[in-house]
Order: sequence, then structure tokens, then C-alpha cells
Amino acid sequence: MTDSAEPLVEIRNLSFARGDRMIFDGIDMDIQQGKVTAIMGPSGTGKTTLLRLIGGQIKPLTGTIKVDGIEVTELSRSALFQLRKRMGMLFQNGALLTDMNVYDNIAFPIREHTQLSEKVIRTLVTMKLQVVGLRGARELMPSELSGGMARRVAMARAIALDPMMMMYDEPFTGQDPISMGVLVRLIRELNDALGLTSIVVSHDIEEASSIADTIYLLSGGKVVAHGSADNLRESGSEWAKQFMNGLPDGPVPFHYPANDYAEDLLAGAKK
Amino acid sequence: MLDFIQQLGRSGFDFFQRLGRANILFAHILGGIPGMLVRIPLVIQQILSVGVLSLLIILVSGLFVGMVLGLQGYNTLVDFGAEESLGVMVALSLVRELGPVVSALLFAGRAGSALTAEIGLMKATEQLSAMEMMAIDPIRRVLTPRFLAGFISMPLLAAIFSAVGVLGGHFVGVGLLGVDEGAYWSQMQDSVDLYDDIYNGVIKSLVFGVVVTWIAVFEGYDAVPTSEGVSRATTRTVVHSSLAVLGLDFILTAIMF
Repeated sequence: MTDSAEPLVEIRNLSFARGDRMIFDGIDMDIQQGKVTAIMGPSGTGKTTLLRLIGGQIKPLTGTIKVDGIEVTELSRSALFQLRKRMGMLFQNGALLTDMNVYDNIAFPIREHTQLSEKVIRTLVTMKLQVVGLRGARELMPSELSGGMARRVAMARAIALDPMMMMYDEPFTGQDPISMGVLVRLIRELNDALGLTSIVVSHDIEEASSIADTIYLLSGGKVVAHGSADNLRESGSEWAKQFMNGLPDGPVPFHYPANDYAEDLLAGAKK
Repeated sequence: MLDFIQQLGRSGFDFFQRLGRANILFAHILGGIPGMLVRIPLVIQQILSVGVLSLLIILVSGLFVGMVLGLQGYNTLVDFGAEESLGVMVALSLVRELGPVVSALLFAGRAGSALTAEIGLMKATEQLSAMEMMAIDPIRRVLTPRFLAGFISMPLLAAIFSAVGVLGGHFVGVGLLGVDEGAYWSQMQDSVDLYDDIYNGVIKSLVFGVVVTWIAVFEGYDAVPTSEGVSRATTRTVVHSSLAVLGLDFILTAIMF
């Protein structure tokens, strides 16, 4: 982890609540330019919410989020849209537009935001499809794609406008080993080849730690640990140890809080 | 008792909140219309799925409603020896009331529910969110063309409904029951007024078109993004827009005639 480079995304003292439940309680985070940063934690810790906050889709309770030096929380709608043109996001299931084929899905953001001719668009789309290895699938409809293919098409769509950063929301969930491997490789390759900055939200430790330069572990609304994968595995934090090694018991207990076991059994016997 | 009042207050509060959201959305949709003028193909595509695909049900229902009007009208009018006026009766009922109202009800069931389900599913599968993250306003890109398509299609469908109905009445009255053909058409021509009857009918169907499509796109956009939420929203579209059409029809009729 190089601290010399300016972070592309700088989060300070961020709090967010949904109803009465605190999702984030004053977290700080730096996403380094050109690196792959994984944000990990158990389900329900608001990892996806964090991506939405960075993308400006929801507003935090307190705190600041700076992307490329721009304060996201204070932007007007049109300024936010300008910033989002430079961000790519991959949704959990791809979120492809179901009434268009693969080609039109990737051409969609280009057609909406530029005045390029169809000829140029065809070249661009073909190049993006080649990167994700689906040039032959351009005529298929989203319903004809497997889950892994749909995510690769969505990746091609997300990089259609050559963004400065990519955000991946649980890219590995529910994938077979082969397409998992493909996605892992693609995320790393895209990041390095296109000079992106990537944020990967995941709870697949193996995959995420194999490509991430930095990992942030979230739990209970706080950053419990951060650093490289090796650092975390050997870190002193009990919690990080449990999560990184997938242990069933530890700071996150196996048992849901209950009264004393022996007493509970005896209470049944006395009846 | 206290619980009941609390419940009442809450549902009242919810109601006005939804109404507010619906109005904000409406303003947002209208704001997108100028931008749509340079993107006519988007609207045409929606007219195909909203309007043209509703054509079959409109044609068949129009024909049958016209035929029933012919039968019922004849049975009543023949008692007074006024069966020659069958054409007037059929045409006025269709142009003033049944054309706009029944086609709006059918439109709500056929196109409105489809719109809600489509938009709701787009929301549930994060397609709308994805558009937002691509810096594309989903309201202007998805909702506005659908709204315009409904607004344009509704009066055309109502006109087709009325025209087919008049033919259906002719088929039963003239063809089967022996009403004089000349009387059927000429009396109709004499009594149906362009301004009083046809224009007012068109105004009605324009109003219904706005209301039904507005409700449909709002329910879709406001749906809880789960399969249950979308199915509820679809039901609400049909119920609310049918009630709105019938209620508004009464108000419009009271003002116009």
C-alpha cells in the first residue's frame, strides 16, 4: 500500500442509518488510485450501501465522500451525473436492459451520452466485447445469457465510456468456479490495462483477496481492519482472523444469544 | 379506539405522501417531454407496445358493445315506433360515453398493467438504478416516452372503438333486425354534433389517457422492488385507474353536457 499517491476516493467520518439501525458509524476509508480495493464483511453490513453512497445515489447522515477531489454529497443532480459518467458500476446481477440485445446494451451509454456515428459505436462496442471475450454473443438477448456472461456484458457496458473507476457489487456471488475465475481475472486485467481504480464489494475471501491490493473489513458499522490480505490473516484482530479464515466461532459467536444451556434443559425436565 | 385513530392517521398520511410523490413524478415526466421531441423513435416504439398491441381487444370489444347496443336499442325503440333512430342512439352512446370510458378501462387492463409490471420489474432488477449510475435519467428515458405513448394512443383507441361499435350496431340493427339503412346513417349524421359530441368525447379520452398512463407509470416506479411488490402495484394500477376513469367520467359529463 503506497500512501504517497493521492487517494481517488476519500471517505471521512461517514455515518448512515436506515430507520433506527446504524449502518455506518463514522468510518474513514481511502481508495488508492490505480489499485484494486476490496471491501469485505458479513452480509448485511452495508457493503452495497457504501457503493451507493460513493455513487451519490443516497446521501449520508454525516461525513464527507470525495471522489477525485469532488465532494459527492454536495453535488447538484447535473453535476452528479457528470461525475457518474466517469464511474462504472457493475450490479450484482448485471442489471442489463432486458429489452435490448447485448450489442445495444453496451451501445446504450455511448448513444445516450455522445453524438458518435453508428460506425464508430460499432467499433467501440466490438472492442469492449472482445475485452470480455463475448464478441460472438453480441446478438443474444440478456435472457439467453448465463449469470457469468451477463456480468461480463455488464462489465463491458460499464467500461463503455472509459471511466476512471469501477465499482463491483458482489461480482462473484452464485458463480461456478470457471466463471468465477474469469471474473476475477477480468477485474484485475481491466484495472491494470485501462488504468482504472477498482472497488470490489464481496464476501468471497479467496477470490477477493487474490486480486485486492488493499482490503477493508467492515463489521457493525465500523472498519475493523484494513491492509493487504496477508497482513489481515496474521493481524492481531480476533475478528479479522475469524472472517479471513472462515471460522465458525469467535467474536461473531456461533450461538445466538440465549440463556444458560443446562438451565434450559432442566427447565424442560421439571415440567 | 386509539389504535384505530392512529391507523387512520397513518393511512391518511401515507395517502398524501403517495399523492405528493405522484405529482412530483408527473412534473418530472412532463419536464422530459421537450427532450422527447428530438427522440421520436423512442415514443413510436412505445406506441407500438402500448397502443398497437391493445388494438385487438379494443376492436373485438367495440364490435360487441356496438352489437349489444343495437339489440338493446332496437328492443326499446321499437315499442315507441322509433327504431329509425337506432343509429343516433348507438352513435351518441358510443361517442359520448362508452367509447372513451370502456376503451379506457380496457386500456388500463391491457396496457396500464403491462406498463406497471415492466417498470416495476426494471426497478426490481436494478435496471433503473443502473441507468442512474450511467448518468441517464430513468424517468426521462423510460417513463416519459411511455407516458407520451399512452397519451397519444388513448384517443385513437377510443375513436377506433366508437367506429367499430357503430358498425356493430349497423350489423345488428340494419342487417339482422331490418332497420332502414338510410335512416340509420342519415339520422346519425343529423344528430351527432362535431363540437358537442365528438370533441367532448375526444377530450374525455385525452384526460383518461393522461390519468391511466400516469397511474400506471407511477405505480411501476413506486413499486416495492420485489415480485410481491410488483404484483401488488399491477393490481393497484388496474383498480385505481378504473376508479379514476369512472369518477372523472362523471365529473366531465356533468361539466360538458
